[in-house]
Amino acid sequence: MLKIENLHVSVEDKPILKGISLTVKPGEVHAIMGPNGSGKSTLSHILAGRDGYRVTSGSVSYHGQDLLAMAPEQRAREGVFLAFQYPVEIPGVSNIYLLKAALNAIRKHRGLNELDAMDFLTMIKSKVKLVEMDEQFLYRAVNEGFSGGEKKRNEILQMAVLEPHLCILDETDSGLDIDALKIVSDGVNSLRAPDRFFILVTHYQRLLDHIKPDFVHVLAHGRIVKSGGPELALDLESRGYGWIDQASLEARP
Amino acid sequence: MNAYLQLFDEIAPQLPGSHRPLMQFARGAALARFSAEGFPSPREEEWRYTNISPIEKKLFKPAPAVAAATELNGAVDELLERFGLADTDRVVLVNGHFSAALSRLDAIPEPLFVESVGHLLHSDPERVESLINHNLDRNAHGLIGYNGAFFNDGVLIDVPAGYRAERPLQILHIATRPDTALVSRNLIQLGENSHLQMIECYLGPEGVGYLTAAVTEAAVGEQARLDYYRLQQESDKAYHFNGLYVRQDAGARFTHHNVDFGGLLARAEIHTELGEGAECQLTGLFLGRGRQHVDNHTLIQHRAPHGTSSENYRGVLADRARGVFQGRIVVHPKAQKTQADMSNRNLLLSDDAEVDTKPQLEILADDVKCSHGVTVGQLDAESVFYLQSRGVDEESARNMLTFAFANEMVEKIELPALKDLVQAQLLDRFPQSGIRRDWL
Ligand SMILES: Nc1ncnc2c1ncn2[C@@H]1O[C@H](COP(=O)(O)OP(=O)(O)O)[C@@H](O)[C@H]1O
Ligand SMILES: [Mg+2]
Repeated sequence: MLKIENLHVSVEDKPILKGISLTVKPGEVHAIMGPNGSGKSTLSHILAGRDGYRVTSGSVSYHGQDLLAMAPEQRAREGVFLAFQYPVEIPGVSNIYLLKAALNAIRKHRGLNELDAMDFLTMIKSKVKLVEMDEQFLYRAVNEGFSGGEKKRNEILQMAVLEPHLCILDETDSGLDIDALKIVSDGVNSLRAPDRFFILVTHYQRLLDHIKPDFVHVLAHGRIVKSGGPELALDLESRGYGWIDQASLEARP
Repeated sequence: MNAYLQLFDEIAPQLPGSHRPLMQFARGAALARFSAEGFPSPREEEWRYTNISPIEKKLFKPAPAVAAATELNGAVDELLERFGLADTDRVVLVNGHFSAALSRLDAIPEPLFVESVGHLLHSDPERVESLINHNLDRNAHGLIGYNGAFFNDGVLIDVPAGYRAERPLQILHIATRPDTALVSRNLIQLGENSHLQMIECYLGPEGVGYLTAAVTEAAVGEQARLDYYRLQQESDKAYHFNGLYVRQDAGARFTHHNVDFGGLLARAEIHTELGEGAECQLTGLFLGRGRQHVDNHTLIQHRAPHGTSSENYRGVLADRARGVFQGRIVVHPKAQKTQADMSNRNLLLSDDAEVDTKPQLEILADDVKCSHGVTVGQLDAESVFYLQSRGVDEESARNMLTFAFANEMVEKIELPALKDLVQAQLLDRFPQSGIRRDWL
């Protein structure tokens, strides 16, 4: 379970998140929608442990632990996964190299043995099929020269291999064509499980046609201004974000 | 300087070739240059970033030849075990002297000629005299003069026209004695249309301080191909100078891979002159840590039309280490249709590490394509975070990125056994938990 309470976050003394509270339980899918600049990526980064942000108040507990006190790799090993809005290109490190290092680190943390080369390859290949990637991508440098869609699929591949508990997808749908969107969504849906929970950050409703959320939250100016069921996303789609801006302005103390 | 001149007077009669007027003259001329110019100093443009005054003060004396294998300490065996590559022909020099016991000359196939320069100056001096000092820069500096006066051995390699060596030739220069100088002059000649792959290693046991001052001259004949790998892994206390001066005839191809990891103060010079349609590729990787100073000086002279050169160097400097890259390309007026590109990228791993990079293009012809680029940077924080977010600890993440940066150069090594050797060292230097060498 993830419990965010009254979280305030600043960047260089500029408040970005202004009191976020959100509880996500195992098995649930929460969508966070909102206009550009509302703080969606900031929230995703804070959960994954990126530095450069200052938490001025509030707390985040993950499976009862203080998430904000953990190093990024510690969070990953405990099952937190962020699919980046802008996946990073890493020249010279092949996909399979990173996957192996990451999986070994996580398995070690969980008290499991390293997979032997054969088992590893068999497992990886099945995951590659899941995201309909060519096996050759395994041997290419991480994200280097990948198209936007390939980068996003690569994030889902990593997620499928690492089998996290908390999956945060930061605009994984943006820039995808219909086919890629379907592949990514199918990948995510296949990973849905009773002990796994998702935060889908998205700008558009269309992702939610493929991955049905349990809850939808609207983020504007660093606050959750409205929460509801899947119907809220449809509402946003037809009415746009304009009324949200109005609502958040009115909600401002 | 007087101490050096006195030393020369003392040992000159024992230096090989002392009975030959031509060699006497050559040594005398070299000594004159050395005594006039002294050791190079940072006042000289080409030595601006490297101060070798500690060498001058130490007065390293040329090491005597080791009489018998029994005199060698275990260090030689250890280094041979670690760095000796299987499936190669092998020449070993200990303290600058050819070692018949450790070399495997008998196995070298017939038309390929490999012999000690010292031995040849007794048995067949003309062979040496016809090659020596033919390829040195016109403006050779004091250290080359020092080598020319004091060299006491070396290897001569003669590849006959049309001959393509089946196996790579490995030359191992091994130091054993503290406070001595290893002064070898090596001569390489490739006849027309021949091919040789060679690996030259400079090695010494950690903790031992000595000076290597080695000079190699190479003449690559028309349409011939020389693939040259240099592995500099001197001891952490060693001073190292190694100059390689190459002449490429028309259509000759020269590839050089420089793996520059060792020494306290190391300077490599790789200079080549390209004839018509000749091609050269210089690749280098230098690593520095602690207080190491690693200097790479390259000079590519396009003297005739249609030459191609490409140069790609990377440096990784940690702690208080200092790296230098001076890359000079000269396109002479006659060298129309030259293509030349140069790149030097450097990674600084600490705030105290430093690199000086100076590309120089002197283009005196008008119809040429030349480009160059240099960068100096640090590890990308975003990339480190990306790896951490996948469960890789911060130190391993940093090492993974550093390894990757350096490994892109190592991947260019075309000899699998050498590539493995270098990669293994790179991984030892930048360890990553969860990553094992066997599946690189
Ligand atoms: N490193 C940063 N430095 C300065 N401002 C930042 C930084 N990161 C984010 N911001 C600002 O915080 C706000 C929220 O950004 P972000 O979380 O990326 O929004 P979203 O993902 O919803 O588009 C924006 O106004 C953005 O300019
Ligand atoms: Mg964003």
